[in-house]
Amino acid sequence: MTDATADAPKRRSLTETLELDTRLLGMVGAFLVLCLAFDIVTDGRFLTPRNIFNLTIQTVSVAIMATGMVFIIVCRHIDLSVGSILAVSSATMAMIQVEWLPQLLGLGHPLLWVAACLAGLLVGAAVGALHGWLVGFLAIPAFIVTLGGLLIWRNAGWYLTDGQTIGPLDPTFQIFGGANGTLGVFWSWVVGALAALAAAAAIWAARARKAKHGFAVKPLWAEAALTLLAAGAILAFVATLNAYDVPTGRLECLFEARGEVMPEGYSEGYGLPVSVLILIAVAVAMTVIARRTRFGRYVFATGGNPDAAELSGVDTKMLTVKIFALMGALCALSAIVASSRLTNHSNDIGTLDELRVIAAAVIGGTALSGGIGTIHGAILGALIMQSLQSGMAMVGVDSPLQNIVVGAVLVAAVFIDIVYRRRTGARS
Amino acid sequence: MTPLVEMRDISIAFGGVKAVDHVSVDLHAGEVVGLLGHNGAGKSTLIKCLSGAYRADSGSILIEGKEVQIENPRDARAHNIETIYQTLALADNLDAASNLFLGRELTTPLGFVDDDRMEAETRRIMARLNPNFAKFKEPVKALSGGQRQSVAIARAVYFNARILIMDEPTAALGPQETKMVAELIQELKRQGLGIFLISHDIHDVMALCDRVSVMKNGRLVGTERVADVTDDEILAMIILGKNPERA
Ligand SMILES: Nc1ncnc2c1ncn2[C@@H]1O[C@H](COP(=O)(O)OP(=O)(O)OP(=O)(O)O)[C@@H](O)[C@H]1O
Ligand SMILES: [Mg+2]
Repeated sequence: MTDATADAPKRRSLTETLELDTRLLGMVGAFLVLCLAFDIVTDGRFLTPRNIFNLTIQTVSVAIMATGMVFIIVCRHIDLSVGSILAVSSATMAMIQVEWLPQLLGLGHPLLWVAACLAGLLVGAAVGALHGWLVGFLAIPAFIVTLGGLLIWRNAGWYLTDGQTIGPLDPTFQIFGGANGTLGVFWSWVVGALAALAAAAAIWAARARKAKHGFAVKPLWAEAALTLLAAGAILAFVATLNAYDVPTGRLECLFEARGEVMPEGYSEGYGLPVSVLILIAVAVAMTVIARRTRFGRYVFATGGNPDAAELSGVDTKMLTVKIFALMGALCALSAIVASSRLTNHSNDIGTLDELRVIAAAVIGGTALSGGIGTIHGAILGALIMQSLQSGMAMVGVDSPLQNIVVGAVLVAAVFIDIVYRRRTGARS
Repeated sequence: MTPLVEMRDISIAFGGVKAVDHVSVDLHAGEVVGLLGHNGAGKSTLIKCLSGAYRADSGSILIEGKEVQIENPRDARAHNIETIYQTLALADNLDAASNLFLGRELTTPLGFVDDDRMEAETRRIMARLNPNFAKFKEPVKALSGGQRQSVAIARAVYFNARILIMDEPTAALGPQETKMVAELIQELKRQGLGIFLISHDIHDVMALCDRVSVMKNGRLVGTERVADVTDDEILAMIILGKNPERA
């Protein structure tokens, strides 16, 4: 127990001073290298506002589910059914807004999309809760329960729709899909500025809290640098999405619909898609849940040592129900985004998403042995996967080879992670 | 005087193995009762019925003369029973403060987990229990066996237990730390706690305990006042299952 030297002053590296997560830095670095490489190979077509916009909206659905998968995997479970839960939620929502409710309320009724969304979320959460109950209370392994769910729920969706494609979805509902629902330049700047302020406030509030308890805080310059970095990144992202102009033909249609004529030379940027706002809200909420609530603390404690959690009074069975229910609700949220992006529901929506979602969480640093994982890591993992896929498509790699590369990257990423953990583990 | 805890006629079997076989023990406030016996005698299993980790197949538990149902660890905590498990039961991936408050986190007025306050409290209690302890930020995986033990002890002591169960609390400790735990036990005893102490060190037990209960093969051999018996008589109880002869 002689460890009085642990707090002794020593020369600290830059990352230590900034208290940055070196693993996260490595991932961001890898991501940037990947983007630059694709940009060079495609003669600058990869890092255009247009492609970044598309990449962002393509990532949202998998990224939303990946945040829930972090909790599942941290708790030493797995969920193979997310793509199927997405499908059955999507089927429910499509049927409600296209077939069932319009007969009662009439097409275009403002309640259509609200009712559809609520019902979809309810279905997703209920299916997830059922899985969690089977895993937690009946002690059936999650692998088996959700493998069964993978087969069951997509086909339950098939029966709901008779296997038909249902659409077009309600126009208001389509706002959640991406290009059909963006904030426009002005409001994007407003949101961006607010987000930058919020990030800065969070950094400085954390510092004040630490100082109040007399704990060591970072040097002022380090705190200032982090604030600038965070605010800069947010504003740069907004600027990029604002720089992608809505195609002229589409603008003309919009003006026509309002009975006006488009002025000569008029242009307008897309700005932040609503779906991206949803992802950001999910990311913030899930991070707060993971770090600052009892529920999140118990998820990590249970993953670290299930017996210890149980003996400390954590109701691990109920916890299992809750994490799977949360996963199901997030699948339904992804279903809203995914189906409205396609403007209809087709029975194969979300096929193979379970693999993408698990891969995103794992590439993002979630350990299958449990107890370790971050929300932002999983989102970055989803972004890396999507960039890899669309980059290769842009370069003209044929799709079998794309899948081979993605598979190899997944295995390699986990191996690098293991080596990294062994190294840093040995040091402390 | 009614005992603080009475465990009456407790039995529990795993498959065919009668791990605890009709055992009765009791504990008064301000008293330390030692549980002795070979490896596999059933000591840990017996006290796990009190801490809520297991449910006894038969028998009853009384606290201050009132029969209680302890079905899970939460029930035990509700009766102010705290346990230091032989296996320590820490979440390796969390830091000392998160482990100390696991299941009873301090929260902000808005209901969020208050990590800073928990760390401050952890520093305070550690300064008392183990002044050398400094690894507050690391996950407890990175701690030595003794450091982990002090986290487990701090967790049991922090929440004002009335009944404390210590299953081999000094197994991983060096001589100096063992002495610290002995002093802690005496201080807690003065404060009026009742303590069940499981240990394989007869000298420790004889020095700290008021009474000892000896188990062998799941059965209770007997309970004796420490003042009335010699070390050798206790050894005979443990090894031969033989009660001391009275003149
Ligand atoms: N979960 C379990 N499942 C099956 N058998 C068990 C279980 N726990 C304990 N036993 C058995 O019950 C008996 C008593 O075990 P227990 O752990 O109570 O012994 P102990 O007196 O604490 O021993 P030690 O001094 O080694 O800690 C042993 O025969 C053991 O094999
Ligand atoms: Mg034992």
